[in-house]
Amino acid sequence: MSRPAAVVRFEDALRSGLPVVTCEIASGDGADAADIVRRARLVRDHVDAINVPDNTAGIVHLSALAAAAVLVREGVDPIMHVTCRDRNRLALQSDLLGAAALGVRNILCLTGDHMIHGDQPDAKPVFDLDSLQLLVLANVLRGGRYLSGRAIAPAPELLPGATENPFAPPYDFRPQRLMKKIEAGARFIQTQITFNVGRFAAFMKGVRDLGLDRRVPILAGVAPLRSARAARYMQERVPGMEVPEALVRRMDQAGPDRTRREDEGIRICVETIEQLREIPGLAGFHVMPIHWEEAVAEIAARARLVPARASLAARPGAEVLDERAADGPVAGAEASALGRHREHRA
Amino acid sequence: MPFTAPFKLEVPVGMRRFFQRHPRLTRALELVVLPIEATGKKVVFGCRMCGQCILHETGMTCPMGCPKTLRNGPCGGVRMNGHCEVVPEMMCVWVKAERRSRWLPWRKAILRIQPALDWSLQGTSAWVNVLAGRNGKDTA
Repeated sequence: MSRPAAVVRFEDALRSGLPVVTCEIASGDGADAADIVRRARLVRDHVDAINVPDNTAGIVHLSALAAAAVLVREGVDPIMHVTCRDRNRLALQSDLLGAAALGVRNILCLTGDHMIHGDQPDAKPVFDLDSLQLLVLANVLRGGRYLSGRAIAPAPELLPGATENPFAPPYDFRPQRLMKKIEAGARFIQTQITFNVGRFAAFMKGVRDLGLDRRVPILAGVAPLRSARAARYMQERVPGMEVPEALVRRMDQAGPDRTRREDEGIRICVETIEQLREIPGLAGFHVMPIHWEEAVAEIAARARLVPARASLAARPGAEVLDERAADGPVAGAEASALGRHREHRA
Repeated sequence: MPFTAPFKLEVPVGMRRFFQRHPRLTRALELVVLPIEATGKKVVFGCRMCGQCILHETGMTCPMGCPKTLRNGPCGGVRMNGHCEVVPEMMCVWVKAERRSRWLPWRKAILRIQPALDWSLQGTSAWVNVLAGRNGKDTA
């Protein structure tokens, strides 16, 4: 359990200008820190930071703050999801402060899925703030004040981030909403899962026209499909998710055999990453394996996803505290992959 | 920050001070105004009486009709047909707001960051609150 602290913090990775990789792990369902550690170990060598979700889809899980604290102990820089669904502004402030005290600096400010789709739809929706107001709040705290104006000493070190979903109407408004989030203080962006690359490209064009890609790093969300059934479910049942019919058909054609369909899912994911690399203005990728953390290593290898910290740690003069980052599979940063990506950022 | 310039309904400071100095008069005015405002805005805009009206900034669409009471734009759960993820038969409030705001000369107002609601104003008259300078702080 006693691993050294991550050498390269997520913020430094973002600042380096190198392509960044993040990954979301599923939240635990038991009072079991070992489960979080197990999931994190499956992905940690391939990413700069690990996202821990906050009661996704309105279904209760182990708290994101606790999971993030476990990751800090593991030497991983976590990105803690913070939603407005379950907590009012008092609780949010104390949680953010507590997170900072535990070494959790990166927070992803979300409105939160409504509990109507969860397992306890009878709960009271809070939504005291929305995601933008939460971003403002995080920045007020960072500046050393509570919302009331009372001073905080020392002020919490926080790196607030935000999301945007290019795949939900009103499509034209999404880049402007992203601009609003950046103005509210978002310092990095992770998007919804991309299956429809065309729609994402149109969104990124709007983003570039507003010059947003030069203001904050934007990470494109990607995910592997695991079966035709899962693809169909996402297509029909998950609002805000767009799965093109062609992809569902490809998963169908892969048949019921587990190895074949999983391989096809990973192949689609890798193809999506390759297509997204052609779009200017992206700073990296955010992989959401949806309870399938085992797939991340395979995706990273096939898509040549290299976390920025691997190259940063390999730089002369950099203090190497995380031995696995230095000589793991990610260390020999394939120059070609990196060079190619950097070219698209320019 | 190009679009954070306030577009808040405000009355001259003198008038605000006057109403702040005469709380009983303000209360009396509210008793008269409240039923008219509540009924009118309820019928026309489906008003929820948050007491801090921003209708004019959201394409004359009440954002409090959103099940998440979002005041800064649509969430990521809007269905492909533009309907709400929580109430599938209802058009997303923000899809409407964005479309309608295009017709307004001050359409950029939709890009202003709306501060957090002051829940203590729930149920009060937004109009009187404007007169008395009670319509929300500009912090978060």
